[in-house]
Amino acid sequence: MLKRKRWIFAILAILPTLAIFAYVRLYPIVDTLRLSLFKWDILSKNKPFVGLANFRELMDDHLFLDALVNTTIIAFGVLVLTIPMALIIAALIFHRTRSRMAGFYETAIFIPHVVSLVPAAMAWKWIFDARLGPLNALLTFFGIPAQSWLFDPVLSVICIIVLCSWQALGYAVLIYIVGFKNLPVSLYEAAKLDGASGPQSFWYLSIPMLKPITLYVSVVTLVSGFNVYAQAFVLASDAQGAPGRQVRVLVLDMLENSFRNYRVGYAASEAVVLLVIVLALTLIQFSMLRERGKA
Amino acid sequence: MTTNSANYIEPTTEELSEGVRLRRKKRAINFAIDVFLVVVSILMLLPLVFLVANAFKTPAEMLSWPPTIIPRDPTIANFSAVLGETPLLRWIGNSIAFAVMSTIAIVATSAIAGYIFGKFRFRTLNILFALFLATAIVPFEVYMIPLYFQAKSLGILNSVWGLLLGYLVMSFGIFLIRQNVIHSIPDELLEAARIDGAGEFWIFLHIVLPLLRGALGALAVLAFFQAWTAFAWPMIVATTRTSYTIEVGLALFQTGFTVDLGRLSAASATVLIPSILLFVILRRNFVQGVASTGLKE
Repeated sequence: MLKRKRWIFAILAILPTLAIFAYVRLYPIVDTLRLSLFKWDILSKNKPFVGLANFRELMDDHLFLDALVNTTIIAFGVLVLTIPMALIIAALIFHRTRSRMAGFYETAIFIPHVVSLVPAAMAWKWIFDARLGPLNALLTFFGIPAQSWLFDPVLSVICIIVLCSWQALGYAVLIYIVGFKNLPVSLYEAAKLDGASGPQSFWYLSIPMLKPITLYVSVVTLVSGFNVYAQAFVLASDAQGAPGRQVRVLVLDMLENSFRNYRVGYAASEAVVLLVIVLALTLIQFSMLRERGKA
Repeated sequence: MTTNSANYIEPTTEELSEGVRLRRKKRAINFAIDVFLVVVSILMLLPLVFLVANAFKTPAEMLSWPPTIIPRDPTIANFSAVLGETPLLRWIGNSIAFAVMSTIAIVATSAIAGYIFGKFRFRTLNILFALFLATAIVPFEVYMIPLYFQAKSLGILNSVWGLLLGYLVMSFGIFLIRQNVIHSIPDELLEAARIDGAGEFWIFLHIVLPLLRGALGALAVLAFFQAWTAFAWPMIVATTRTSYTIEVGLALFQTGFTVDLGRLSAASATVLIPSILLFVILRRNFVQGVASTGLKE
């Protein structure tokens, strides 16, 4: 009787949240999957089922493939730049935990992660600016010719990677510091007694023991890298916003297909590709963690 | 006492000087680490410092090399130009309204759902919780296009309500509160209240919520910053000049023909300074919230 009453309360209490959740999360996710199988254009009246035709078209769509390549390069570029730096910086901050400066380091490195994307990107737009930017001024000072950073297709991808890494670093450092704090102190003391130096215990103890954290941070960094949009929008759109000169990324291509070309079904199939990538990354993380658990 | 002094061996002068040498070496290493970390910290902050500095510079000074950190003759011309050209304050107002409402919605839904999932062990609920968790890994960008059409059919495009639709629930928030409920609210406490005849809703309001204050605070800060920095969703939902959030407004403002970097910097600084101040004030909450994202079991 009492149990029944509690069950009713639980269901009644969860119901509003559940309803919102179903409407703003579950339904659109299912709808994305459904739309990806339809030729669903805003302008045409009949919206026929086309099976996997959208996906087949994606395979030959050079704009999409371009976006996929760029996004992948950006995501892995950010990963390669961020993770080693974050690990070293976190180790050093953890080493200096008791100093008065530790709070300052943490805050300074974390601030780029929390500030609004667009204003922060604006700062970098100035740094990379071909005419006014300090980066070119610095390069010419050292006798290196100035580059048009944001207009060159290769260089502008590098600029986006730098901007994204600058923002991602703080998060990775923070998670690593938490990881360091959870490592058993006794192990390090034992290593010290055996004559291990600081760098040695970092290399042979910390890095292997922090592997689950590294996996987690890597996946989070990659997933947010694959969702990159604002950074590319601000940095790599020129004064006129001409689409030809932009660095195409997946989200941008998806939104263009949906809202400029009115091909919603086609855009949905791009979203499904993005979802598959994210799921694959997450699965890799879990399977690697499980392997570790067995060993 | 006696055993102590018996075991105690007077260190030789060599050993003493070795100790001093080691301590000096350690101090030198720590100093080097500090120097390195200070340099890294400054480099991380430098772009933002320059942005704020540029906001106060005249066009002529913007071009000078090396760039100055403290403008030689500071001007607020950039700010007044931006405020004259754009409804900047309106955009900031939109962002604040959106972020505050989203925070309230996320805190409320997470508190209730987290508590129910944490303390009520029924099979139906376990299945529902698995569903919440499973969708947590789906990025917002994947399903925002269908959601846009839902907002359209509700007739709430170009309004704060439309923005809010995308940011009503947060899977991670529910997860965070559930973990907190499990770890910090003992079953005995709830049972005692039930025996005293307290109703379930009363228990939630007067016992559970006060105990969750810390976790809810951390979640609120996370939710606020998440909405404040949202970009892709406001970009498609708010398409009229008066409904832009500050992120969208700035992003579109900078693609204009006649915009110079001084004015862009001024607009950016107007947004950055309050949010950095807010972050520094709420830092502990924020760090606690973000750190717990990495502690998923």
